[in-house]
Formats: sequence, structure tokens, C-alpha cells
Amino acid sequence: MNAKLIIDIALSLLMARWKQTLVAAIGVTFSITMFITLLGFMNGLNDMLDALILNRTAHVRLFTEIKPKADQPVYEHPEFKDNHNILHSIRSGNSRESIYNSGAIIKTLQQDNRVIGIAPKLKAQVFFNEGNIDITGVIDGIDVEAEAALFFFNDYVVKGNAADIRNLANTIILGKGLAEKLLVDIGDVVQITTAQGESFRLKVAGYFQSGLQDLDKVQSYASIQTVQKLLGKPADYITDIQLKVRDINDAPAMAKEFATTFNIDSEDIQSANAQFETGSSVRSLISYAVGITLLIVAGFGIYNILNMMIYEKMDSIAIMKATGFSGKDVNRIFMVIALSIGFFGGLTGLVFGFIISSIIDQIPFNTAALPTIKTYPINYDAIYYVIGFSFSMFTTFLAGYFPARKASKVDPVIIIRGK
Amino acid sequence: MSNIILEARNISKVFTDPVQMNVLNDISFSVGKGEFVSVVGKSGCGKSTLLYILSTMDTDYQGELWIDDQKVTGQREQQLAAIRNEKIGFVFQFHYLLNEFTVLENITLPGRKLGKLSTQVLEDRAMKLLRTLGIEHLYNKKANRISGGEKQRVAIARALINEPQIIMGDEPTGNLDKKNSEIVFEIFQQLSQEFNQSLLIVTHDPEFAARTSRVIEMEDGKILRQ
Ligand SMILES: Nc1ncnc2c1ncn2[C@@H]1O[C@H](COP(=O)(O)OP(=O)(O)O)[C@@H](O)[C@H]1O
Ligand SMILES: [Mg+2]
Repeated sequence: MNAKLIIDIALSLLMARWKQTLVAAIGVTFSITMFITLLGFMNGLNDMLDALILNRTAHVRLFTEIKPKADQPVYEHPEFKDNHNILHSIRSGNSRESIYNSGAIIKTLQQDNRVIGIAPKLKAQVFFNEGNIDITGVIDGIDVEAEAALFFFNDYVVKGNAADIRNLANTIILGKGLAEKLLVDIGDVVQITTAQGESFRLKVAGYFQSGLQDLDKVQSYASIQTVQKLLGKPADYITDIQLKVRDINDAPAMAKEFATTFNIDSEDIQSANAQFETGSSVRSLISYAVGITLLIVAGFGIYNILNMMIYEKMDSIAIMKATGFSGKDVNRIFMVIALSIGFFGGLTGLVFGFIISSIIDQIPFNTAALPTIKTYPINYDAIYYVIGFSFSMFTTFLAGYFPARKASKVDPVIIIRGK
Repeated sequence: MSNIILEARNISKVFTDPVQMNVLNDISFSVGKGEFVSVVGKSGCGKSTLLYILSTMDTDYQGELWIDDQKVTGQREQQLAAIRNEKIGFVFQFHYLLNEFTVLENITLPGRKLGKLSTQVLEDRAMKLLRTLGIEHLYNKKANRISGGEKQRVAIARALINEPQIIMGDEPTGNLDKKNSEIVFEIFQQLSQEFNQSLLIVTHDPEFAARTSRVIEMEDGKILRQ
């Protein structure tokens, strides 16, 4: 009963001053709109840039690193094993880059239900021969289907057909930059020389564009079988096993676990791309800072309007107090005024923020670096709407708090005597 | 149950700003149920100051105030507001109405605050009061769209909505012409005679005072005669 009365009175006071109220509400609406738009857009960009890396990076990568053995023979010699030995010019004993027993490892990983995808890979350094110039490059031997499922390989093949490198023997997909350097088109033949000095001719099946230009100038793809043939290696010869795991947060632990189980080297996505988190959080921070600044400005607007209203309504406050409204009731009336400005201004802001986000989402955004993106990216995560709305309520609460307290302290005797 | 509705016991008040001044000096009197009491005295003798204390709005005084056998002095702000709401109807010299509301809403507001009756019942009661006061046709007008005499009658209706124990007025006719003053006085007299309403009205109109059942005369913050 009392609550309804207080809300009725508050709304009547609001309506009597609807122009100022509207201005105050528009201030809140504007800041919430900006806040939602900014966060949606910034995080859309974050997601896009993260995806650029995340989509094409294995959560866990297993490989064999060429490095010296940890336990050097001197430590097994009975005479020196207890000494502190200083060794110079150690050579790597292990010249084997391929993964030992890869077939068995893949079989074991397929049984592991924390692993959602496996893509084997074989890396080979080659020279592309263009007239009398040799261009250094890399050919990744891949399983096209696995690569497409795990790393969206098909999305990045901008011309030609990715499946051709599996279906047609001796075919290759070139990075766009590399193809331009070599002046070749689909159907043309490129001449390559392996590190061992063997020459091969491969037919171009398509172009590949990753979005990272430097990568596109050296990278190319062929089937695992083709690359094994180039290197003259047997059918189980691979250099990397790439894994996608169910929960990306488990990646570091799983990388460690597999390294010991399979006696192999491993790397997880978190340690490979530590700098990415930083970029994302800085962008989010900027959006929050801008949004909060706007809200503070809007908050001062509400504060001013409420203060003005209280000066105008001194008589009304005095009458209400004289007829039995307590200071607490008066306080609540002005808090309701402030919070309803925050509520309706904020709600409208959310709607406008969503509309503007949707408009930005329609604006074409074509860049050579990002072949899969056609319009500006927007993140519509509900959490930004929740945060935006909470901010608007919180700011208006603060803006209303002091004027409302002042109103509640109005002494009716002073007002009535003053007439 | 005593027969006394309001009692002032040795009430004194001092203003220290701008100079020390004993505005009220040991004021003691009581108002019985159904009495129509007027308070007279020269301008500046402390009538308004006394009435603000008696109406519980001013709490800065010495002495004790009792309303309806309940000690009011020392109560908390919220309880005082509840006492004003339920037991006291106040009519000011200047017709204080809420301009954002209609006449009917102004009258029912203290009733809605009290919360004992539904808005519908309160509106019926308010309409009856307006009819008694002869301004029924104004019920749906905004409060700032009616004349001064009409406003004062609306203020009286508002003071009556919760059927208070006592009506207090601070020169309620002071700002009205002869004809409207007469109307207001007759309303008070009718309330007193027909409904046994207790009234305590400050006035500097000797004619008004002469027609009430009891006159309290004040001078320089003291009661001369009562
Ligand atoms: N807030 C105040 N501070 C100081 N003096 C005041 C204050 N209010 C009233 N007074 C003085 O107290 C005296 C009584 O005032 P008031 O009660 O309004 O008289 P009345 O209503 O009888 O004309 C006057 O002399 C007035 O100047
Ligand atoms: Mg006076």
C-alpha cells in the first residue's frame, strides 16, 4: 500500500517535470547505448582476433625436438658420476625429427575421451624454384579432412578446392603471397627442391589465405602422402600430432601428461599464445572505462535535475511532512524518481545498443587479411547487457542518494514559516 | 480515558539566532474533546511558534506535549509523522496544496498514507467532504487551478480525511476576504457543533475569536488569559 503510494507520488512529480526527466533519461540511454555498442564491437573484434589464432592453433601439440640428451654419458661413468661436471659443446644426439611410433600414439589418443580431434602433420622445408631464384618455403603435409574439421582449413582456401590435394596426386595449395611471388595460377606447375636436393614438380590446386601475410609468403600445403614422397620417408613418418581437447583449460595439464606417457615433447596453446589474453583484456578495459565515464556524466545530470526538483518542490515536501509523511517516505519518493530514470533510461539504452550493434553487424567489412569475415564482428553476449543495466541502476542510485537525503531532511517549519 | 485531547505542560522555547529571545515562556494549557479554542495575540507574540510545537513538527523546545493521553515529547521522527497523519489535521494560513495532483488526490493523500481504508472508500469520503464544503464540482481540477477560498476549503477537507482528534489552524482566514472567511468559520463551527470536532485555531481576527467557545490570549510568549 505504502509502496504503491510512494511510486504514485514519485511518478506524478516526474510527470510534472517530464522535460527535465526526459533529458536525464536520455543521458542514461546515451551512455548505456554507447556502452553496449562499444563492448559488443570491441569483444566482437577480440573474438575475431582470438579466433584467428585459436581456430588454427592446436590445443596440444606433440612433437620431437632436436636437443641434447638430458643425461650425458659422463654421469654414468663410475669415476665421475658423483662429481659436478662442466661439459662444453654438447651435440644433439637425436637427429630424428619424426614422432617415434606415431601410429600407436594416435590409436591411444583416439581412445581418450578428453580429446575431441586429432590431426597429424608432417613439416618439410623446401625451396620453390622460380627461374634461377630459389624461394624458401614450408610444405605442411596434412590430412585435409582432419585439418578442415579441427582448424577450418577449407575456410582459408580462397581459391580452388581443398579436397583436391587428397584426391589428386602431387598437388599443392600455395599461400596467396607465395603464389604471387611464383607467378602461378591454379593448374600451373611449381618446381620444388627438398633439403636433400631432390627435385619435384607439383600442380597448384588452390590458394590459401590465413590473414597473416608473412605466413602466406612461405606456407603451402599438400597431403601427408605427397610430403612423405618428397622426403622419401615411410608411411608412418609424421613430425607433429595436433590435438583439440574438450576443455581448453585442461590443455597445459594434458600436454604435460602426454609428454611423459609418450616420452615426447609437447606444447599447449596457453604457453604458445600468452600475449593474446593481454590484448583482449586491454581492449575490454578501454570499453568499460569509456562506458563508465559516460555513465558518470549521466549520473551528474540526474544529480542536478533531482537537486533542482527538490528546490522547486520544497513546498510539496513540507506539506507531505506536515500531513504525516516521514523523512523516510520522502527519501523513498526521490529514490524512486532517480531509479526510474535509471531503469527506463537504461532499458531504452539496452534496446538502442542492440539496434546499433545489429546495424554495425550489417556493415560490410572486407579485408584481405581476414577472408572469413564479411561484416564487422559483434559479440551479443547477454553479460554486457546485464552489466550495462546494473551500471545504470547503480549510477542513478548514487546520483539520487544525496538529493533524496537532503529532501528527507527538509524542515517543514522553516518552509511554512518562510511564506 | 480522560476528556482531554491535547495538553501543553510548561512549554518554553528560546531562539538564539540572531539574538537570545524567549519566544515561548512556560506555556501550560489543555484542550478538551469537542472544544473550539482560539488563540489570539499581537503579531510576533509566538502563536505560530507554539502551533508548530503543538502540531509535532517542531521538536526543539522544553516542557512536555501530550496528545490523546500519549506523551509526544521525545518521540522519534517517524512516530511523530504517524501521529500527525492520524490524529492531527492542519490548516495553514497559506493554502498549501500539491500542485501536481487534483483536488480529490490532494484530499485522499493523507488517507492513503494512513492506509486504513481503500482508495475507493477514501474517495467517497472525500467527495462527501467536498459536498459539505460546497465545492463538489472542483474534485477533478488540478490544485493550482482553483481560487484561494476554494483552496482553503480543500485544505480543510484534507485535514478532515483521517477523522483527526484535533484540527489545528494557523490564521486559516488570514489570507481570505470577508465572505470566504465567513464560509471557513462556519465550516469550523459546524464541525464543532455537529461532529463534536476539537479545534485549536490561531487568529488575529477578534470577531472570529469572540464566536469560539474559548479564547486563549497570548502576549510576549506568555498566556495572559485562558
Ligand atoms: N527561526 C527563528 N529564529 C529567530 N526568531 C524567530 C524565528 N522564527 C520566529 N522568530 C521570532 O519569534 C517571534 C514569534 O514569532 P511567531 O511565532 O511567528 O509569531 P506570531 O505567529 O504570533 O506572529 C517573532 O518575534 C519572530 O520574529
Ligand atoms: Mg504567525
